[in-house]
Amino acid sequence: MTATRERPTAPAPVQPRLGAVGTLRFAWRQLTSMRTALFLLLLLAVAAVPGSVLPQRGVNAGQVTTYLQQHPTSGPWVDRLGGFDVYSSVWFSAIYLLLFVSLVGCVLPRCRQHWGALRARPPRAPARLDRLPAHVAAEVDGDPERTLAAAQAALRRRGFRVDVRDGSISAERGQLRESGNLLFHLSLVVLLVAVAAGHLLGWRGDVIVPVGSSFSNAVPSYDSLDAGPWVDSERLPPFSLDVDSMTVRFEEQQTGSQLGAPREFRARVTSRDGPEAAPRTTSVSVNHPLELDGAKVFLLGNGYAPVITVRDGTGRVVYSQATPFVPQDGSYTSLGAVKAPGAEPEQLGLVGWFLPTAVIDDKGPHSVFPDLKNPALTLTAFAGDLNLSSSAAQSVFTLDTSKMRQLRTSNGDLVRLLIAPGETKELPDGKGSVTFERVERFAGLSIRHDPARGWALGAAVAAMLGLALSLFVPRRRVFVRVRAVQPRAAGDGPRTLVEVGGLSRGEDAGLEDEVARVLAAAGGPTAGRTSEERG
Amino acid sequence: MSVDETLAGYANLLLYGAMAAYTAAFLAFVLDLAGGTARAERQRTLAERRAVPVGAAAVPPGSGAAGDVSPGDVRSGDGTPPPRERRQAAAIGVSLTVLALLLHLAAVAARGWSVHRPPWGNMYEFATAGAAVVTLVFLAALRWRDLRYLGTFVVGPVLLTLGLAVVVLYTRASQLVPSLKSVWLAIHVSVAFVSSALFTLAFSVTVLYLVQARRERRRALGEPVRPAFTDALPAARELDRASYQLHAVAFPLWTFTLVAGAIWAENAWGRYWGWDPKEVWTFVIWVVYAGYLHARATRGWQGRKAAGLALVGYGCVLFNFLVVNIFFVGMHSYAGVG
Ligand code: HEM
Repeated sequence: MTATRERPTAPAPVQPRLGAVGTLRFAWRQLTSMRTALFLLLLLAVAAVPGSVLPQRGVNAGQVTTYLQQHPTSGPWVDRLGGFDVYSSVWFSAIYLLLFVSLVGCVLPRCRQHWGALRARPPRAPARLDRLPAHVAAEVDGDPERTLAAAQAALRRRGFRVDVRDGSISAERGQLRESGNLLFHLSLVVLLVAVAAGHLLGWRGDVIVPVGSSFSNAVPSYDSLDAGPWVDSERLPPFSLDVDSMTVRFEEQQTGSQLGAPREFRARVTSRDGPEAAPRTTSVSVNHPLELDGAKVFLLGNGYAPVITVRDGTGRVVYSQATPFVPQDGSYTSLGAVKAPGAEPEQLGLVGWFLPTAVIDDKGPHSVFPDLKNPALTLTAFAGDLNLSSSAAQSVFTLDTSKMRQLRTSNGDLVRLLIAPGETKELPDGKGSVTFERVERFAGLSIRHDPARGWALGAAVAAMLGLALSLFVPRRRVFVRVRAVQPRAAGDGPRTLVEVGGLSRGEDAGLEDEVARVLAAAGGPTAGRTSEERG
Repeated sequence: MSVDETLAGYANLLLYGAMAAYTAAFLAFVLDLAGGTARAERQRTLAERRAVPVGAAAVPPGSGAAGDVSPGDVRSGDGTPPPRERRQAAAIGVSLTVLALLLHLAAVAARGWSVHRPPWGNMYEFATAGAAVVTLVFLAALRWRDLRYLGTFVVGPVLLTLGLAVVVLYTRASQLVPSLKSVWLAIHVSVAFVSSALFTLAFSVTVLYLVQARRERRRALGEPVRPAFTDALPAARELDRASYQLHAVAFPLWTFTLVAGAIWAENAWGRYWGWDPKEVWTFVIWVVYAGYLHARATRGWQGRKAAGLALVGYGCVLFNFLVVNIFFVGMHSYAGVG
């Protein structure tokens, strides 16, 4: 325990040539030094920054695509350097892995040392107590043994481990400080492992479910599913759920940026843990996920699913369902598509906007409020081959029009259908008709499974506990030495010179008081008086 | 539940009142500092007259205090300050700060009442409530130590923050977007407040430490040092210790902020960590301050270099609040500015 709180390290070997083992050992010692730890920590902070400036695939893949389009020359380079996947890039991983290797290499030997120190006797009192950072002395009444015993009792009461040797006391407290520090660092390792395990063993999927529809937990049901490498995605837990209704509320009072801000989203759902299990009715809302068989169901998005019916030229219904349109702005101007592969004589496709509060002006059709004040669909129509047989995956929200032709009215204008709920519009050339039956809402659900979540939480809590101990438990050593002195006058009782010295690890404002208290207990002036005398 | 517009109006009036009181307090603290230079001069002569008998007997050997006492630091070896000199301007400053804080807290409470929720749902509310916590922590710290010399450096920034909040960030009272309705939000944000407030105090002390350390170095080299307000401040060693202690309290609170935020994110979005820009910066701040604590225990990094890291950390705190909230889109974007 020195004033600089450097971990005691063995003196560096002074050798002209190190050899292979020596070089390794030297490298290891460098890696596990405080200086390297500090360097890696700062490097980690710097390395984390680009990920907040550049768009990240894991957060928003769409923005990455836009960025690449806007920066055709620099974009691919940024990509090659891992700029869009900073937190899984080689260099970021290298930094934190080195940091954690350093951490383990630093902490394990400290654990061993600490384990020894916990059971060792406190060290002997140094020869000169007045060299210690805190030191007080006084002559008191009483003989040395009694004085020493009083000091010893006081130290015990204060939670010190006390050892008496050759007329002096060595006392030590606050081993918990080091224990806490080790707990903190080890918990960080556990936390890292838990995060990694979550990635390997967890899965997360997103799906849009219109009100009145149901979802069962299997790969084909998902719009997107991201499963860890160790997950058997054929064997996801077989739960299912129906979305019965949605409650959505938006700010109507305000003007300015808060108008139309979301105020409440809630979905009522009926869920089953398996095909045979009994149904349960509950609700899911933002911040209140639903727990199903080890997975959690979150309500992350919502929007509108107009119920659209398409008849082909023969008058047959070839499409009729709630069709989710994805919101593109805060007023829920939403984009979507209808694909009717069964239409005769040609396949039909519709693409366009759903507007909950429609306004059509020189900006084109758009919505001015997210709630259903004046709902309308504006669609363009295509006929031909929807290209669904090709192997490339298609988004359900757009059409692949490469083999289609856009429909025109008899005078050659492109067809643009503007349909209100309940209305039906005819397609030109007797191609059929489109009916906008009504509007349902949809729930954007995100379903997640992370088996290591509990471990991560436990490790975080342990780390906080360790940190608190490490920063707030004072670690002190106190030494007491006594010596008989001449009574002031013949006939007086015996007199003793008591010397108390203390030192602590780190900043410790309470050390002076501790030392003064021990002196007071040994018969010296009380704490208050000492500080006055000293001041 | 709708917004109570009258109450929201009172909240604004109360806030203006608080700003007026803060301004007066600020002036009082500046006067105190200005007087401090003269006071230091007086104490220096006083100390020179007393130094020999008192100092010799009392300074515990090895405490190192004898070597680096500045004229402003007439204290005995154990760090006890001299009896508090009556500093009228400072006393007035503290009283005015208390008054300002009461008005300020009333404003925050009225704002919360008017919208039926904790008043920190957008940046305007965040800044006003945060500034109240800074003042509160400062006044509480006064009970622990005589930090009145910090008054200017606390009340000044508070006033600046409020000005910024009223002029740039103002958002009318309204309710919250659903993801912000959570107990964990309340916990996460209130702890973030307290720890940011402590980081702010720690930052002020660190700056003063650097200034003082520089003056002491120059004085030790025998270079001329002009009298300045820092003469009224404690010695560099003392400031360094105070700065460490403030950081040592702020850091675990920031750690808690991080963990509570992760729990909230897990509840709201189904993942406890997603590298959202706001999360990135909370993490960066945490790592930089962890670096600061490490640096204090690393040979060759103690003192000025470690203090430099603390300043970098605070720079990140400010950046996180001002730049990330407004310019970086992420799931946390709820600034309400626009
Ligand atoms: C993930 C990386 C790390 C983080 C976030 C971290 C964080 C911290 C924090 C916040 C403290 C302050 C607690 C206190 O002062 O008691 C601390 C102390 C300490 N750390 Fe780390 N640390 C990390 C890695 C390491 C490594 C690699 C080493 C070894 C080279 C190390 C050795 C120490 C030591 C010896 C202390 C005690 C300093 C003292 O006595 O005050 N840490 N660490």
